[in-house]
Amino acid sequence: MNNSEDYKGYRGRSLEVLQNFNAMVWSEVYLETTDGTFDGIILPRSETADDQHIVLKLPSGYNIGLRADKVQNIKILGRKIAQYKIPEKEFPFNPKLPKVKLFGTGGTIASRLDYRTGAVIPAFSPGELYGSVPELADYCNLETEKLYGVFSENMGPEQWIGTAKAIAREIEKGVHGIVIGHGTDTMHHTAAVLSFMIQNSPVPIVMVGSQRSSDRPSSDAALNLIHSVKTAAESDIAEVMVCMFGPTSDEYGLLHRGTRVRKMHSSYRSTFRTIGDIPIAMVNRQKITPLRNDYKRRRNDKKVDLFPYFDDRVAIVYYYPNMKPDIIDSLIDNGYRGIVIAGTGLGHVNKPLYPALKRAQDNNVAVYMTVQTLWGYVQMYVYDTGRDMMELGVVPTANMLPEVAYVKLGWALGQTDDLNEVRRIMLTPIAGEITEREPSNGYLIFQGGIPEVEEFISKVRK
Amino acid sequence: MSDFVFKPFDEMTPDDYAEIGFKSGLEIHQQLLTEKKLFCRCPAGKYHNDVYHAEILRHMRPTLSELGEYDGTALMEFKTKKDIIYRIHYDTVCTYEMDDTPPFEINEEALDIALEIGLLLNASLVDELHISRKQYLDGSIPTGFQRTAITSVGGFIPYKDRTIGIIQMSLEEDSCREVSDFGHTRIYLTDRLGMPLIETVTQPEMRTPQEVAEVNELLRRLVNSTGKVRNGIGAARQDVNVSVRGGTRVEIKGVPRIPMIPLLTYNEAMRQWNLLRLRDELNKRGINTDTFEARYFDVTKLLTKTRYTPIHNAIAEGKMVNCVVLRGWRGLLRWQTQTDTYFSKEISDRVRVIACLSVLPNIAHSDSRSETLSSHEWQKVRKFVSAGDEDTLVLVWGDARDADTGAKEIIIRAKEATIGVPSETRQALYDGTTGFERILPGPQRMYPDTDLPPKKITDERKLRIKQNLPKYFWERESWYKSIGVPADIIKDLSVSKYAKTFEILVEEMGISPVLAANALINFPKRLKKKGKDISFLNSNTFIQVFEFFKNKLICKDGIFYLLELIVSNNGIFEKEFIPQHCSQSELLYEIRQASKKVEKMKLYDEKNNITLTLSLVMKNLFGRIDGCIVAKEVINYFAKETENEQ
Repeated sequence: MNNSEDYKGYRGRSLEVLQNFNAMVWSEVYLETTDGTFDGIILPRSETADDQHIVLKLPSGYNIGLRADKVQNIKILGRKIAQYKIPEKEFPFNPKLPKVKLFGTGGTIASRLDYRTGAVIPAFSPGELYGSVPELADYCNLETEKLYGVFSENMGPEQWIGTAKAIAREIEKGVHGIVIGHGTDTMHHTAAVLSFMIQNSPVPIVMVGSQRSSDRPSSDAALNLIHSVKTAAESDIAEVMVCMFGPTSDEYGLLHRGTRVRKMHSSYRSTFRTIGDIPIAMVNRQKITPLRNDYKRRRNDKKVDLFPYFDDRVAIVYYYPNMKPDIIDSLIDNGYRGIVIAGTGLGHVNKPLYPALKRAQDNNVAVYMTVQTLWGYVQMYVYDTGRDMMELGVVPTANMLPEVAYVKLGWALGQTDDLNEVRRIMLTPIAGEITEREPSNGYLIFQGGIPEVEEFISKVRK
Repeated sequence: MSDFVFKPFDEMTPDDYAEIGFKSGLEIHQQLLTEKKLFCRCPAGKYHNDVYHAEILRHMRPTLSELGEYDGTALMEFKTKKDIIYRIHYDTVCTYEMDDTPPFEINEEALDIALEIGLLLNASLVDELHISRKQYLDGSIPTGFQRTAITSVGGFIPYKDRTIGIIQMSLEEDSCREVSDFGHTRIYLTDRLGMPLIETVTQPEMRTPQEVAEVNELLRRLVNSTGKVRNGIGAARQDVNVSVRGGTRVEIKGVPRIPMIPLLTYNEAMRQWNLLRLRDELNKRGINTDTFEARYFDVTKLLTKTRYTPIHNAIAEGKMVNCVVLRGWRGLLRWQTQTDTYFSKEISDRVRVIACLSVLPNIAHSDSRSETLSSHEWQKVRKFVSAGDEDTLVLVWGDARDADTGAKEIIIRAKEATIGVPSETRQALYDGTTGFERILPGPQRMYPDTDLPPKKITDERKLRIKQNLPKYFWERESWYKSIGVPADIIKDLSVSKYAKTFEILVEEMGISPVLAANALINFPKRLKKKGKDISFLNSNTFIQVFEFFKNKLICKDGIFYLLELIVSNNGIFEKEFIPQHCSQSELLYEIRQASKKVEKMKLYDEKNNITLTLSLVMKNLFGRIDGCIVAKEVINYFAKETENEQ
C-alpha cells in the first residue's frame, strides 16, 4: 500500500525503510544510522533517482542523501510541508493603462521546482507574476490565460492552431497587445507559424521566454517579461515578434521579426538573433527604439485575418555528404507531402539523391530548398547541380530560414492540395520570411580575438 | 544579565569570557589545489588583477527557497538596487561562470580531496551528494547563488584536553573578488570565481578569542598536511561566529589572517554585550518593541543655509535631507559598542550598505559632540518635527529615493536595539572592530540545484581514500623529533606536501633525516629566492635526485646543483646534468689556479686568502665535489705553502 504522496518518489529499499518507521516525506526527524545521527526533514525523492537513498534536508538548509540500509531508527518530531508558492498579489487595475493579454504555453518564464523529476516546471498566474515582477503594473493592465503547460519541444500544430485562434479572439475583443510566454527551444518555429496564421494584426504580438529559469536570482525572465509587456502595451509595431535579451548583460531586449529570428546558442541569454537582416527595434524599461521603419503599424480597429491551417506531413532534411536516397524514399513511402531540404552552400545535395527527388516529384511531394548556412540566398542557377535539381522539381526558397520554410510548407499544404498553389503561397512573402535584399549588416558574426573586435568588446558591454 | 563591564583586550581573562558566556565557532573556507575549477574546465588559481577583456552587467532578484520562503538577506540586497559589473578575462572565465551555460560535471579531483579531509576530521561521508544553490544576492556570484554540496557531516579534532566538534563540511565554488562598491555600482573580478573550496564548520565550542585563533591554526595545519590545498593570500578565509549569553549568532565574514581573530572576536563580543546593556537601558526608559516610536520628516527647506558642509553640499546638488526622530533616545547614539565605536556607527553602517549612501559622514545626529548643525539649526529642526529634549534626531541626506531608504533603515536599526543583537554578517575592519555587512542569511536561501542530479559516493571510493589517508601532522612531528629532524624544520615539514616524500626518502631509501628534511624544506625556498619557478619541482624530482645521491653518482652538494638544473629546464631531467666527479688531481689543479689569482689581488687582510681561494674553487667545481673535501684540501694546500716558504 504505497500512498504515492506520502512517500513521494521513493521506491524499493528506501520506501521500505521509510514505511517501517512511518516516516513520510516532510517529516521532521531524528535519524540514527550506522554512520551517526542526523536531524532534518525528509524530502521527496526524484523519480529518476535510485531506490537506495533517503534525502534529508539538514537544519542548515543543505540536502544530503543517506543510504537506506544504514538507517537504524527514525524518530518523528514533527512535520513541515513545503508551500512552494510565489506570493500571489492581485494585479492592480489602472484605467489609464492599456490592456495586455499574456498567454502561457509553458517554458521557464515562470517556473517552480518539481519533485517528481527534480527539474523545474512552469508556474503561471497573473497574481504570481505580479508577486514576482511587480514592475509589470507600471505598463499595463494584465490579463493572463494559460493555454498550455508544455515544454517548448512539445509544441506542435495543435498548439500552434489553438494559440492563433486564441490570439484572434483577443484581438477581436479589443486588446492593446498580446504577449505569449513560450519555451525558448522552438520559439522561433512558433513565431514563424503565427506570422502566417495571424495576418494584418492591429496590435503587437510578442513572444517571450527566458534562458535562465525564474527560480534563479540572475534569471532573465523578469526583464524579458518587462520588455515584452512594454512592447505589447506601448509599441506601434503590429507584427509577430520575439522579444529576448540583446546582449547577455541586463541592458536591453531586441524585437526580432517572427520569420527572421533563430535561437543560435544552446544556453546564452542573448541567444536569439535576426538572421540575414537587422532586428525591428530595441527595448528597455524606458523606451522602444526602432532600428528600421518598414514594420507594420498599430491600428485602432479590431480586424485580423486568421488562417489556422497545418498539415503535419512535412519534414526537414538536413543534407550531409554521402546522404543516401533512402532518406528521401522513406519520407515518400510514409506519405509525407512536403520536404524542406537544408542544402549545402547555395542549396545543393549530391547526385545519388536525384532519383529519389525525381520519385518525390512523380508522387506529388513538394520539395523546397533552403540553405544550412542560414545566412544567404538559395541560388540554384549558379551551378549545374542546382539547375539539375530544379529540373527535378526542387523549388528554391530564396533566403527563407529552414525552420520557417518548414512551418510555411505545412501551413500551405494545410490550405490546398494543388502544388502550384502551394508554390505560389511559398514564394509570396507574407511577413518578411523572404526579403528582396540582404543588407550587409544583416550578416555580422564578430570573430573574437581580432584586435578591432576585442577593442569594441572592451568598450561595449556584450 | 550580569553588570559586567568590558575591560581592555589585554586584561580580559578566561573567567571574564565565561562570565559573559562567550561562544565562538568557525567556518573555514579553504581553496583546494586542483588544476581546474569545480563545475567547468577553466584553470584554477590564475589571477589577473588589472587586465580584463570585457564587462557584463547584471541585476539580482530574490527568489523563493525550496520550502517556499524568501530569505531576509535576499530581500535586503534587492532593496539596494545595485548595478553589478563583472570584469572578464578570457583565460580564466568561460560562459559557465557568466551564467550563460549550465554546469558541467563536478571536478572529481576536488571531490576526492574534500572526502579525504572529511575523513581526517573523523566525519561521516555522505552516501549521495546533493548539489544545492546557496543564494547570494550581493552579486558575488553571477548566477545569484553558489553551487555547494555537503560532503561530510559530524567529526572532531583533538584540542588541548578536549575535542572540538565539526558540524559539517561542504564542497563549493569560490566567489568573485570585489573591486569596488560605491553608490549603486559594485564591480567584481571573476578570475577566482568557480574555484573549488571546502567550507568546514565547527561547533561553537571555543571559549576565548585566543582559543578561536588556536583552533583555526590547528585546522589550517591539518588541511595543509594533505598537500592538496592552496596557500597564499586569500587561499584560506574564515568566517567567525560569535555570541554572548543572551545575544545572537553574528558572523564576522572573510577574516583574511588568523592573528586578527582574537581582537575581532573580543570587539564583537563587547559590541553584543553592550547592545544588550543598551536594550536594558532602553527598557529602563520605558522603550520596548511595542512602545518604540520613531518618525521621519523632510527637513531640506530648514537647512538651505546651513554651514555644515556635507548637508550644505548635498542641498546644493539638489538632494534632500530627512530627519528621523527617535523618541526618548537622548544620548544613546553615543552608547559605546566597540573600542572607540558608538551606536551611531551601527546606524551609519546600515545607511551606507542599504541606502547606498557611501560618502561619509552619511548621518548627523543630535547626540553628537562634534560640530554638525549649529545649535540654532538643531532647535529649528527640533521644533519643526515636534521633538522634545529627550528625543534624538538623526539626519540623513541623499537623492530622494536613497534618503527615503536611509530614513526607514535608521528606524529599523533603532527598533532592533529594543530586542538586542540583530543577526548580521559583519566585516572585519583593520582596527580590529567589525562593521555591518548584511543581514545574516538563514536556511531559506538554500535551493536544490536542478541542473545537476544527485551523485552517489560509492563505498569503493570511500575505501580508496581511506587507505591513502596521510598521517596526522602531530604524529609526524613526534616521529621527526625522535629521528633528529632539526627543530626549525619540523613544523614546516609536518604539513608540507613533501611530508610523504620525506617518509619515502628516510624509510625506504635510507637517506639521513637531516639531509632529507633540509633538502625538502629549504632547497625549494633557496631556488625560489634565485628566481626559479619551483612549480616544476615535485616529489618525483626529489626521489630521482636522491637516487643518484644514494648510488654515489652525485655528491651531497650535487643535490641542490642537480635540482637547480632540472628546475631551470622546466622540470625535465637530462643525462648530461649529472656532474662528472672531480678527481684529486683536478682538485689540486683548481686550487693552484685559484691561489695564483688570489695572490695577484690586494687583500685588506692577508688571512682572507684561504676563504677567497675556497670560494673560487667552489665556483668552478660546485656540485661535483663536496665543499668540506675542498675546504680540507685548500687548508692543506696553504699549510704546505707556508711550510715551503719557511
